[in-house]
Amino acid sequence: MAIINMLDKLKTRFSAWLFRHKIESGTIVLNQRRIFIIPTRQGFALAFVLVLMLLGDINYNLSLGYALTFLLAMIGIMTMLYAFRNLAQLEVRAGRADAVFSGETAQFLLHFHNRSALARYQLCLTKKATGLTPLCFDVPASQDSTIAFMLPATRRGWLALGELKLHTEFPLGLFHAWSYVHFDTRCVVYPKPLPDAPLPSGASPDGAGKHPVAGDDDFAGLRNYVAGDAMPRIAWKAFARGQGLQVKQFMSQVGEELWLDFSAAPDRTEEEKLARMARWVLDAEAQGLRYGLRLPDDELPPNNGAAHRDECLRRIALFNLPQQTQS
Amino acid sequence: MSKSLIYGLLLSVLMVIAPHASHLPLWVSSLCVTMLLWRAYLTFSGNALPKRWLLTLITVASLGGIAVNFYALFGREAAVTLLMLMVTLKLLELRAARDAMVLIYMSCFIVITNFFYSQSIPTALYMIATLAVVVTTWIHLHAPNIALKPRLRTAAILLLQAIPLTLILFVLFPRIQGPLWGLPQDAFASSGLDDKMAPGSLSRLSLSDAVAFRVNYADKPPARDQMYWRGPVLWHFDGSTWTPGRTIHSVAPQFTELDKAVDYSVTLEPHNKTWLFTLDMPDKISVPASLTHDFQVLGKEPVNSRLRYEARSHLGFHANVREAAWQIQRALQLPPALNPQALQLAATWRGDGANDAAVVRNALSYFNRQGFQYTLEPPPLGVNGIDDFLFTTKKGFCEHYASAFVFLMRAAHIPARVVTGYQGGEFNYIGNYYIVRQSDAHAWAEVWLSGQGWVRVDPTAVIAPARVQTNVAAAVPNETAALPFMARMVSNPPAWLSNLRLNWDMLAFRWNQWVLGYNTERQFAFLTSLGMKAITWQNMAIIMTSGIWLVIGLFALFMLRHLFARQPDKVQAAWLRLCRKLAKAGLPRAAHEGAQDYSIRIAAARPELAATLHDLAARYIALRYGAVQDEQAQREFLQRAAALKI
Repeated sequence: MAIINMLDKLKTRFSAWLFRHKIESGTIVLNQRRIFIIPTRQGFALAFVLVLMLLGDINYNLSLGYALTFLLAMIGIMTMLYAFRNLAQLEVRAGRADAVFSGETAQFLLHFHNRSALARYQLCLTKKATGLTPLCFDVPASQDSTIAFMLPATRRGWLALGELKLHTEFPLGLFHAWSYVHFDTRCVVYPKPLPDAPLPSGASPDGAGKHPVAGDDDFAGLRNYVAGDAMPRIAWKAFARGQGLQVKQFMSQVGEELWLDFSAAPDRTEEEKLARMARWVLDAEAQGLRYGLRLPDDELPPNNGAAHRDECLRRIALFNLPQQTQS
Repeated sequence: MSKSLIYGLLLSVLMVIAPHASHLPLWVSSLCVTMLLWRAYLTFSGNALPKRWLLTLITVASLGGIAVNFYALFGREAAVTLLMLMVTLKLLELRAARDAMVLIYMSCFIVITNFFYSQSIPTALYMIATLAVVVTTWIHLHAPNIALKPRLRTAAILLLQAIPLTLILFVLFPRIQGPLWGLPQDAFASSGLDDKMAPGSLSRLSLSDAVAFRVNYADKPPARDQMYWRGPVLWHFDGSTWTPGRTIHSVAPQFTELDKAVDYSVTLEPHNKTWLFTLDMPDKISVPASLTHDFQVLGKEPVNSRLRYEARSHLGFHANVREAAWQIQRALQLPPALNPQALQLAATWRGDGANDAAVVRNALSYFNRQGFQYTLEPPPLGVNGIDDFLFTTKKGFCEHYASAFVFLMRAAHIPARVVTGYQGGEFNYIGNYYIVRQSDAHAWAEVWLSGQGWVRVDPTAVIAPARVQTNVAAAVPNETAALPFMARMVSNPPAWLSNLRLNWDMLAFRWNQWVLGYNTERQFAFLTSLGMKAITWQNMAIIMTSGIWLVIGLFALFMLRHLFARQPDKVQAAWLRLCRKLAKAGLPRAAHEGAQDYSIRIAAARPELAATLHDLAARYIALRYGAVQDEQAQREFLQRAAALKI
């Protein structure tokens, strides 16, 4: 047992040394130190077929059979170079990753730049232990390709892209060439908002949140529609005029400031409270209120607008993060 | 799977099985073609693949068909047929990429089975073409988005790169003399002489222009009518068929040579029998073989691969002058109660009190005078075949004459036997060797005369001298249409065609010797001639492996050079040239100065350059640090930078 343990440890240390990857930023160039090659199962199957063929050649003394067997074997060996070349000197750069709500899919943009006059075929991206189907794409010669790697966001906090494996089995699927790319990109995952939660009543006792702008005279203008805006606020007339989806904005004349307070959330667990707060933020923003955020260790003065909303959601998402999601 | 991929697989399978069409049973070929067409239609129309039970039904029916057709599911023919059916059936249940992979591997395997039947140069070229199609499809399978042109290009380049590597392997891979396990009886397609002779057996063979063997004479070739290549000797006659019969013990053959020896080498095509053909009478042979009591040369094992041997023969001889009594008895055997007229004819010759030699002369002059004809299509004969031939039809091929002659001799109590083999051959003056084809198969007689031993008598030479002097086509001028193309051509070919044909045969001969006949010995000889000293398999393996890695390394260098080469930045180079030009004019750029600052400084010092330099600096900055790479803008910058005069 001790020996097995030792071997295991050695193996781990060996692969840690071999694949000594670190988290990187900027552009990664896939040079020969980063590319690894190993025969695939199909490669071994071909080797088996070739051995059978060779036995036949020897037994029946088929000279052309030897030639065919050798030709296939050498084609197979040569594909190792092709697989390597398919990855070699490719440049990868991590792009934007927008915040998403928990339960949605995060999109990490990756930019592949192919400087060479050689098209790269059938490159595939996978992430270990996610069970996602490989994302395969081509990068034409001397061009840029932007690939959106989708990662499901399951819990609030930071979602790191983590280590990705870029592999290819081009051209014949006999060799698996791969490289690890580990960028420091991450995106914020907001808590999944509760489907329906009334705004806290503290600031506007009679459900002011719902009718703070009953009078038309408070109308302040139009702004572009943002996902999450309430339907009744959409300027349908403007839409009908072909100006796109716009939302009517109203100014609260009186200092109707709404404090979204963590301690005011009636839920029991912290996560539920945060989910409710996310809903409050969305609703408050949709209704054009000025709202402030109050977390046990943090406070954001009242304001409104998309930037404010995002900042509030971000603070909620990152509030009191458990250690392990911070990778 | 995309439609084009499926069409590619269909084409691969078609190319792989097409060469087998000539020897597959007709129902198998038609079934395969039907299934291919069906699959093509399904792909074209987008209909669903057939249900599993239907495929199972077809499979079971095909297995049954093979069992009935070949009496077995094993053996080479049956196995090849089974493979054909399996690969086409697999097409009909092609669902996942895995199935396609299996198909590709099967196709590669089937290509090799074709070599059981042919290993000629056209077959080799066809193999390359097939491989190109298979590899193209294979690439398509693994890269669904690659267009046809780059796919073909990649496949072609892969194949071309693999060829020199294959050459290294072919030459240096230690050759092991097969077989590793017992070859099934039907391992090789064989055509050629049989160990029995009935009317029609040789005339049938004369319709084949397959090469039996090729001969190189060390010195001057002997006269054409001396070129009798001895095959099976037939002693026993049952009234229609001659067979070797059985001897009680065999006696060592002995002969005294009367003539000087002829040395030659023979490259024998595989015929799956043990006979090695030599000129009468063989003295030496370079391969392990034994000489039977009737002077046949038998190899230790059936010849199932092309065999080359050196031999020496004496064309003049006295053979077995003291023949054992039981052999004399065997040489007098006659089927009882058959051919009364022939018996009577022989008796009349003998009745004149003539000696053996006179009877032989009588018989030959009988054939000469009685209006016998030499023909490829003799009329059928009855129970008393010899009588019918001698007195009624009078038309026959060499086997009829040999058979009738030996019968008459035996009837006249002269020991005689039938010898089959090949006679003559075609001279290839380009390669300086003789080609002996199946159409040169021949049968003649031997009689035993006291004091002289066994003497060759060829009755055919009397009736159709041209057969022995020239060839079959010359002997049957009116029937050449039935003869194979090659045999027919010999009689009167136009010069250019004859040249072309002989050149081609020489190429085939070299191919046979160097490619197909590349075995343990030839490998040894070749490597020695290359100057390799210690030829052990370890050494060969070391040289082979290092050679292969060397070539792969060269390919790698060639293929990856562009990728890893530092790409000179033309824009930067032009800018630096510009800076040098300005430095010469006394305005060097300071190390810390960027393009913009530099241009501003120069503009202050040389106002006449200000506009141009500002423009150049702006362009340089845009090209070098901008996001967009514009070919046109780059060209313009390079031109303007070069054109700047100070």
